[in-house]
Amino acid sequence: MEQQLKQLEQEALAKIEAASNLKELNEVRVAYLGKKGPITDLLKGMGKLSPEERPKMGALVNTVREHVTEQLEAKVAVLEEQAILEQLEKESIDVTLPGRPVRVGNRHPLTRVIEEIEDLFLGMGYEIAEGPEVEKDYYNFEALNLPKGHPARDMQDTFYITEETLLRTHTSPVQARTMLEKKGEPFRIICPGKVFRRDNDDATHSHQFMQVEGLVVGENIRMSDLKGTLDTMAKKMFGSDREIRLRPSFFPFTEPSVEMDISCFKCGGSGCNVCKHTGWIEILGAGMVHPNVLEMGGYDSKKYSGFAFGIGAERIAMLKYGVEDIRHFYTNDARFISQFHRTEG
Amino acid sequence: MLVSLNWLKQYVNIDGIEPAELAEKITRSGIEVDAVIDRSQGMTNVVVGHVVSKEKHPDADKLNVCQVEVGVGDVRQIICGAPNVAAGQKVIVALPGARLPGGVKIKKAKMRGVESNGMICSLQELGVEGRTVPKAYADGIYVLPEDAVPGSDALELVGLRDIVLELGLTPNRSDALSMLGVAYEVAAILSDEVKLPEINYPTTAESAESYIKVSTAASDLNPLYAAKVVKNVKIAESPLWLQHYLMAAGIRPHNNVVDITNYILMEYGQPLHAFDYNSLNSNEIVVRLANEGEKIVTLDNQERTLNSHNLVITNGKEPVAVAGVMGGANSEVTSDTTTVVIEAAYFDGFSVRRTSKELGLRSDSSARFEKGVDPNRVLLAAERAAQLLSDLAGGEVLQGTVLVDQLDKTPTRVVVSPDFINARLGMKISLEEMLSILHRLQFDVEAANGLLIIDAPTRRQDINIEEDIVEEIARLYGYDEIPMTLPEGMGNVGGLTPYQAKRRVVRNVMEGAGLLQAVTYSLTSDELAQKFALKVEDTTKLLMPMSEERTTLRQSLIPHLIEAASYNVARKADSVALYEVGSVFLGKTSEELPYEEEHLAIVLTGKWVDNAWQGEKRNVDFFVAKGIVVALFDKLGLSDRVSFEKGSVDGLHPGQTATVLLDGEKVGVIGGLHPTERKKADLKETYVAELNLYAIINATTEALVYSPVPRFPEISRDIALELDRSKAAGEIERVIRGAGAKLLKEVKVFDVYEGEKIEAGKKSVAFSLTYFDPERTLTDEEVTNAHNKVLKALAESGAEVR
Ligand SMILES: [Zn+2]
Repeated sequence: MEQQLKQLEQEALAKIEAASNLKELNEVRVAYLGKKGPITDLLKGMGKLSPEERPKMGALVNTVREHVTEQLEAKVAVLEEQAILEQLEKESIDVTLPGRPVRVGNRHPLTRVIEEIEDLFLGMGYEIAEGPEVEKDYYNFEALNLPKGHPARDMQDTFYITEETLLRTHTSPVQARTMLEKKGEPFRIICPGKVFRRDNDDATHSHQFMQVEGLVVGENIRMSDLKGTLDTMAKKMFGSDREIRLRPSFFPFTEPSVEMDISCFKCGGSGCNVCKHTGWIEILGAGMVHPNVLEMGGYDSKKYSGFAFGIGAERIAMLKYGVEDIRHFYTNDARFISQFHRTEG
Repeated sequence: MLVSLNWLKQYVNIDGIEPAELAEKITRSGIEVDAVIDRSQGMTNVVVGHVVSKEKHPDADKLNVCQVEVGVGDVRQIICGAPNVAAGQKVIVALPGARLPGGVKIKKAKMRGVESNGMICSLQELGVEGRTVPKAYADGIYVLPEDAVPGSDALELVGLRDIVLELGLTPNRSDALSMLGVAYEVAAILSDEVKLPEINYPTTAESAESYIKVSTAASDLNPLYAAKVVKNVKIAESPLWLQHYLMAAGIRPHNNVVDITNYILMEYGQPLHAFDYNSLNSNEIVVRLANEGEKIVTLDNQERTLNSHNLVITNGKEPVAVAGVMGGANSEVTSDTTTVVIEAAYFDGFSVRRTSKELGLRSDSSARFEKGVDPNRVLLAAERAAQLLSDLAGGEVLQGTVLVDQLDKTPTRVVVSPDFINARLGMKISLEEMLSILHRLQFDVEAANGLLIIDAPTRRQDINIEEDIVEEIARLYGYDEIPMTLPEGMGNVGGLTPYQAKRRVVRNVMEGAGLLQAVTYSLTSDELAQKFALKVEDTTKLLMPMSEERTTLRQSLIPHLIEAASYNVARKADSVALYEVGSVFLGKTSEELPYEEEHLAIVLTGKWVDNAWQGEKRNVDFFVAKGIVVALFDKLGLSDRVSFEKGSVDGLHPGQTATVLLDGEKVGVIGGLHPTERKKADLKETYVAELNLYAIINATTEALVYSPVPRFPEISRDIALELDRSKAAGEIERVIRGAGAKLLKEVKVFDVYEGEKIEAGKKSVAFSLTYFDPERTLTDEEVTNAHNKVLKALAESGAEVR
């Protein structure tokens, strides 16, 4: 019987060794350790043994059982490990293949420039004022100290709709309208929008373009406030090491009037093709609001003063991003617009 | 305005200051110098030559072989093709090695076998603008005076050793339209004095009044008219210096009389006109408004038809000049002229501007009158003309000036306090400093009782109010000195309006959906103006369009977006997805302006999903467009209020067009482009949408309050229906929702089938219904009851449950 047991053990161990998967192993388990297996049969046959042999034999059976079980479990572990490795191998991918594309659009570079300016001024307590693209001659010109027949009207070639209505040549009529709306209260606004001039479209001219104007009216608004504000904007738009300078100029709606240059962001002032070898780049026009404009807007020009400035969004975008032809902004070539998708800095 | 520094030196000391530095100073303190032009343009080896002999070239009809002395004993053979070259002339010679403008390099050469050692030059070849070259030399070489010394610097002799500043004048600085005006400006910048020309000349015993009478019938438009008479004038070329000054200023020399009037125009900024006394055919000058339809042939030999608000100078019978704009051919100074009447007048700027615009005739005169000439220089200019006619044209000036004069010549007084100036600038400039600046500007100023009482010179017509003084002080003190501050707090909070904030959300949704923002033109053609419009209303058209493509303001954004899509597809884009936010222009408001409504439009064409290596490729379809629109309404909190129904728009596919409704009102359209439109635009399947953004953004929503995360399970039931192909799934969905009542949380289409397995003309649509109660777990029975109601409603509506 003892010998029979040893033989069973050998058989079982050999089968465990030979098993190549969990299913075969389970068959071995059922075959040898199951309730109908030979070891159980042997235990059942123990009754025929003498009482002295019984415990000895019982111990032997248990040892064999334990040994077989142990081996079986060890083999299970090996096979499970193997199965996981196989799964991992099977599930491995080439991680360098392209990811699933996610469509992401982006805004137009002009909107990008305008929003950047808007956000800067929103942070300084400004509101954003908007107005119609088709305007009354009154708001576009007369309320801005440009009566009919004024020579300075020639500075802006205008698309007229009728004698009294036109496509606005600047966003300044929004300033005129805002003054009347605010009814004498101090305010700060930014006016972005589309404007129009009678120009043939070419690399540097566009009959439609975007402007951003700013207007501040209050009780003690000084030219130094204008200069400080423009300096803040120049640094935000073109880099913190930019310097600004003001040059006298003329606009009928401001007095004094200035033009602002920034130090060239390409060469830093030593002279290059961007700044036409002057070290400075002309950026915008500005000035202190003309008392006639304040008065027409319902503000007592003895008590109130203000400053205003106006920037061409295209000019800023062309300088900032190195765009050489203004028509790119209106062709809507995806290969152009999509370049303005990423953050900077 | 072109300012010759050689000329400017006559009035103000600019020695020892580099032209570039002077230009910078002028620019920084008030007048932009657009360019500093060296008239010599770096030319070298350009000398005076004496044509010793001229012979025909043996092999070329049009060429001459000249022997030219270019220095003592230095005679060179030069071939010259100019028709006016002649032996004995003093000419300009560019020697071998010379560099001329335009990159021309002079070398020894053989021309048709004959050696040539240089070039005899025209002024144009020296870079002088053709339109300023005297007519006699316009088509040939320039001939120098007889006393020119061979071998000496020819550039000096023709006035090209000069620097010209090109001023970009703003309309307010008409004072700088004269050399004296520029001199005053430069003197103020450099703290220097202006040397004025001294005027004195002999007169005859005869009086001007015995030759001519002057009257004006329009003294409001012509408050001052002065006439001087000069007789025995000898018409000739002007002296070279004068010709060179004029050419440097961009004016072509003609003869001494005309040149003198032009010289004074430039010197004083006062336009003058010279009449030939004999051809006036009268002894009176009458200034009056023209008769309607009256005609005059102007100096440029054009017949001009006048109207009744054009001011004219007449001889008492017919016009002899258009006042302030241009003289008449009938009284022109010619080579036969002996007696000259010089007109110096003040004409109303507005009137001159209007006339010159109407006649399409702008002149150096009109440009100055338009902006207002200095009332105190009119008579001075007349005197200066008399002097120069006496000095340079041998004329005899008759005694006196014939004059009508009602012109107010008093300077404008401006009273301003130094505190006001400092307050406006945000500075602390001392009173002494301010006075010094005003003195430099030669403003009459008196400081009294804390005020500056200023009489600005009448040449400075731009000085009228306190702010003008602020500017004068600031620009000469230096804008660099202004400190930088920010406006003091006014309690403004600022920020975007809800509309503006939502518009930014709209952009974010579009970009998140993968669309690029386009910006197209508001102006379009007549043909496209109303195409695809949500609402067709009266259009707004330009009075004078520049082209047929841009005549009318658009009523839909779609046409230009389709153009943009075509543009991209033509450049091999396999996928185009664009959106635009912009205004459309509809009808007319009470303000006589069109009603401007902000719209959003999108265009989609080509691939939508393109994941090539995984084999996922899908073209855009109607439902991509609709999905984007739905996402937008969802983001704006309007998904429960939006609905879609079959719609129809010209140019869109009749079977692929949906009207978008918000609270039952039409706010937009989504559709496939009609095949014929696609063909026109050279596009494949293309989908567009346009929404009335104004209406959508202004649809207000309630404050957002969270609802508890569901704690009880949801139960789904599916229904498959067989429907007519034309039956709208949306309608069925409404039936289901209506019947499902409040336990029905969600209805989703999860399958649509048309094809072989179903009867022709039918389709199968499968819905998944979700039942849910936030308060408890629903029993099977409750769900079944609710679901049965849905089935019953469907049956009643004629839908067949499969
Ligand atoms: Zn540079």
